[in-house]
Amino acid sequence: MAIFSVYAVNKSGGFIYQYDNYVHRAEAEKTFRYPLDCVLKIHDEKVVVSFGQRDGIRVGNALLSINGLDVNGKFTADGKEIIEYLKDSTNYPLSILFGRARLSSNEKLMPASMFHSLFAIGSQLSPEVGSTGIEMLETDMFKRHCFQTLTGIKLIVLTDPRQSGIDELLRKIYEIYSDFALKNPFYSLAMPISHRVQGLHQGSLVAPIHVAITLVPSPLMWMRASLEP
Amino acid sequence: MTVHNLYIFDRNGSCLHYGEWNRKKQAGISKEEEFKLMYGMLFSIRSFCSKMSPLDMKDGFLTFQTSKYKLHYYETATGIKIIMNTDLGVPNAKDILHQIYSTVSMGLYVEYIVKNPLCVLGEQLSSDLFSTRLDLYIRALPFFSPRAA
Repeated sequence: MAIFSVYAVNKSGGFIYQYDNYVHRAEAEKTFRYPLDCVLKIHDEKVVVSFGQRDGIRVGNALLSINGLDVNGKFTADGKEIIEYLKDSTNYPLSILFGRARLSSNEKLMPASMFHSLFAIGSQLSPEVGSTGIEMLETDMFKRHCFQTLTGIKLIVLTDPRQSGIDELLRKIYEIYSDFALKNPFYSLAMPISHRVQGLHQGSLVAPIHVAITLVPSPLMWMRASLEP
Repeated sequence: MTVHNLYIFDRNGSCLHYGEWNRKKQAGISKEEEFKLMYGMLFSIRSFCSKMSPLDMKDGFLTFQTSKYKLHYYETATGIKIIMNTDLGVPNAKDILHQIYSTVSMGLYVEYIVKNPLCVLGEQLSSDLFSTRLDLYIRALPFFSPRAA
């Protein structure tokens, strides 16, 4: 997947829309014997590895499932506390799946709004006159492009660092947004686009965005024949 | 193609050095506030990148660019952060920042600490030798021109 996600943020930094296109997450499953050789801690309501990086399990990876059953925050699927469960030697041997923590929708909302402020600070700290905010942020794993419209809406796209043609994609997404959201008489401006808005549901916006994403020429992706909402 | 300015921060966020070459617009706030704002912004960008990244990152945040300037970022294992603002023509300054750290900065940094037992880590580097060496190094860079584009 060359394009990882699409976000839209309104003029005051509030969240409007979000779409994720990646499924692959680095995960590692291992069978453990008592005692456990990784040190775990609770962070943000999740059980996270704090020490003991090996075999694909990295520091910061969250505990996703025990013996195939997905965990629920810091409790197992049956409701027992994970840390207590792992201290009990009678439960071993067991197999645990570690991986990058999946972000809840709340957790996705926060960085999107945080970016709005960082965008403004980037323009204030500029050594040159007349700079806009942050248009492109690059790391070794992804590139984040931001297009700010004249009305203050920010359209943000996370892509692979080698991906090109993003400017056109951003303009195309802007076009889709204005066609589907703004021309809809039931849509209130600057509100999140969700299935609760009468007449406009998330599926109807996703399909055209999905088409726009698959049409971006990419050295890494084949054209996809079917669309998944 | 030009370099606008350069900041060096330590692990706790205090600014160790700041150099300016071609800056056209001041931030409108005092220098101390600007350092704190810059450090805070980069701290937030880093934590934000590690959350948003779909895969585990090796090096982390590298650069960002706006319509007028590009900010390059380099962090060492000890927490020393070097930030350079250039114009948009510069491709990837990571190696240059690494050079600044290892030859200019660490070379003089170590000398400064070793030869000056009274100096305190975490305070502004007030060594003139350091400033002039860094200045010469920046001016010698292939993409630096005194008259900004």
